Amino acid sequence: MEATIYRSHVLICTGTGCVSSGSGKIKERMVAELEERGLQKEVKIVDTGCHGFCEKGPIVIVYPEGVFYCQVDVEDVSEIVEEHLLKGRIVERLLYKEPLTEESIPSYNEIDFYKKQMRIALANCGRINPESIHEYIAVGGYEALGKALTEMTPEEVIEEVKKSGLRGRGGAGFPTGLKWELTRREKSDKKYLVCNADEGDPGAFMDRSLLEGDPHRIIEGMAIAAYAIGADEGYIYVRAEYPLAIHRLEVALEQAAELGLLGENILGSGFNFNLHIKKGAGAFVCGEETALMASIEGRRGMPRPKPPFPSVSGLWGKPTNINNVETFANVPYIINNGAEVYSAIGTEKSKGTKVFALTGKINNTGLVEVPMGITLREIIYDIGGGIRDGKELKAVQTGGPSGGCIPADLLDLPIDYESLTEVGAMMGSGGMVVMDESTCMVDVARFFLSFTQSESCGKCTPCREGTKRMLEILDRICAGEGREGDLELLEELGNHIKETSLCQLGGSAPNPVLSTLKYFRAEYEAHIKEKRCPANVCEGMKSAYVIDESVCIGCTACTRVCPVDAISGERKKPHYIDPDVCIACGACAAKCPVSAIAQG
Amino acid sequence: MKSLEELKKLREELQKEMLARNSKGKTKIVIGMGTCGIAAGAREVLQAVLQEIEKRKLDVVVSQTGCIGMCEKEPLLDVQLPGKDRITYGNVTKEDVQRIIVEHVINGNIVEDLVVARLEEGGE
Repeated sequence: MEATIYRSHVLICTGTGCVSSGSGKIKERMVAELEERGLQKEVKIVDTGCHGFCEKGPIVIVYPEGVFYCQVDVEDVSEIVEEHLLKGRIVERLLYKEPLTEESIPSYNEIDFYKKQMRIALANCGRINPESIHEYIAVGGYEALGKALTEMTPEEVIEEVKKSGLRGRGGAGFPTGLKWELTRREKSDKKYLVCNADEGDPGAFMDRSLLEGDPHRIIEGMAIAAYAIGADEGYIYVRAEYPLAIHRLEVALEQAAELGLLGENILGSGFNFNLHIKKGAGAFVCGEETALMASIEGRRGMPRPKPPFPSVSGLWGKPTNINNVETFANVPYIINNGAEVYSAIGTEKSKGTKVFALTGKINNTGLVEVPMGITLREIIYDIGGGIRDGKELKAVQTGGPSGGCIPADLLDLPIDYESLTEVGAMMGSGGMVVMDESTCMVDVARFFLSFTQSESCGKCTPCREGTKRMLEILDRICAGEGREGDLELLEELGNHIKETSLCQLGGSAPNPVLSTLKYFRAEYEAHIKEKRCPANVCEGMKSAYVIDESVCIGCTACTRVCPVDAISGERKKPHYIDPDVCIACGACAAKCPVSAIAQG
Repeated sequence: MKSLEELKKLREELQKEMLARNSKGKTKIVIGMGTCGIAAGAREVLQAVLQEIEKRKLDVVVSQTGCIGMCEKEPLLDVQLPGKDRITYGNVTKEDVQRIIVEHVINGNIVEDLVVARLEEGGE
């Protein structure tokens, strides 16, 4: 094969985030501009997966310099080509600026957002073309599989993964090596391996990014796992709402089969492995393993009691091992570098790294991979660049809709599975929502519970009925109709639901309510006893707006925007807001040219 | 593919294509591509460099830089071997490129008669 050398590679992010902010058009223009200047044989355009910094997208990176351009517009393309690719001058205005120092940072690796990260699972995301198996192989891809198949027995693979300390990245944190061993031990003519890519937590997109950005890594991790447990067939259960991830997986499966890295007698080892994609319809409960398997079998996705565990009786009654996308992404690294290298990262009981989807009232939102044991403070301030608009941090919600809220005074908590559970939150799939002082914690709890409540499959009573009743109480409290005893009732209900639900959807759904009750009880009490929402969020409890008559110029701008006609007054004379009619929407205050309106 | 050895061989071939994305510890050739450089023929020099690299299958990273103020000596071409001084050649022609690549990049001998400046390693 003849290698073609390009002096420069232009990496254009084609992850879902950047595509929706216009990276497709940027690529088109780039191709045209390069051809116009006769540079197409010197400069290679490479589509990549997600860099995790979607907020700053579309992202374009130019190598060999490794210059990171963000929020690139189609109109900027000719300048990048003319200045950078032709003349070697960096286009300063498109560089990333640190939010605190306003300093322009040219190089990818120098940006705080990336500098403090440790990318193992995401190592290739944004750096290689996910639709090219050649690029994956060029960075060492499939060598871990080769090593496992030719130099290790299945037992040795399991031992290595056990020693690495890798635990399930889907949230529960079950030791991966042990899970594999349990399935390995079962005697059966047929075993299955399943990848759980039914990512459902609002705001979490690490699985999607991995599948879109480095699909071969997941396939490789799965093939190693299949070899370890003795499975010859596998499924990737991915939601149909991830069309790009599915497309890239399909391309990757085809390429791997073509090169003999999937299929019969892989790398001459005698090991066979075939992999299928199963598209899910996007029910949250299908992330639960027994519901997921039911869905693959073509039945309605609902959980069933355990035991029997999937390792004993899984897909079609056969021993089955299920791991999450991110878990598989760590496997090639462990086999290549050894358990010692991996287990040197992290805390005593939580090894390696974890990918978090950082979002909310923070300067740098995105996907970040950090070593276990890092503190919330480091994630929020060093990587996340602090709270937006200079506001105060109030709480961090981790673990998706069924996670818990961690108050600001626990900011120095080292993050691992145990410490998060201890404070009433959880690792979950790695969602991390940062909230500032303008967030009402009762409203937040209600929001998350309304999600899990509507996703409850209805099979067991505690989850179906219990979450419904809890939500009714929260709705009442937020509407200013909370009663004495509501909080105790919420706690009682919440604890019962956790203990008696069939699966972990119900088993964790009350977490947002219970954790906010624990840390922000006073806020609940203000809603109930004083009929007041301290953060001024809950409708019906917001205090009415008042016009300062000494400032008002009588321009009538406010009367025109008021949706309930609460404002009266003659032109050029001070206006008045009827507090009984005002719904405190704030439209008038936003419109007032002289800032005469404020909440009373 | 039928074995791990085959996979590793394929990787070695493919790695060359990825070189531009991993320039650590590699020899660098930097060409002055300011307006002055381009006017003096830097594009032709750049293309000659790329051809030589491809022809000889070299492990070299090529990048460009803007005007550094020595416009009358353009085209300027810098060569920096890993851990060695950065040597700047001036008034480089297409014909000089082959000499620089063979003598300096491959054999490590600086082409003294074309040198216009040198930057000590670690200095910028």
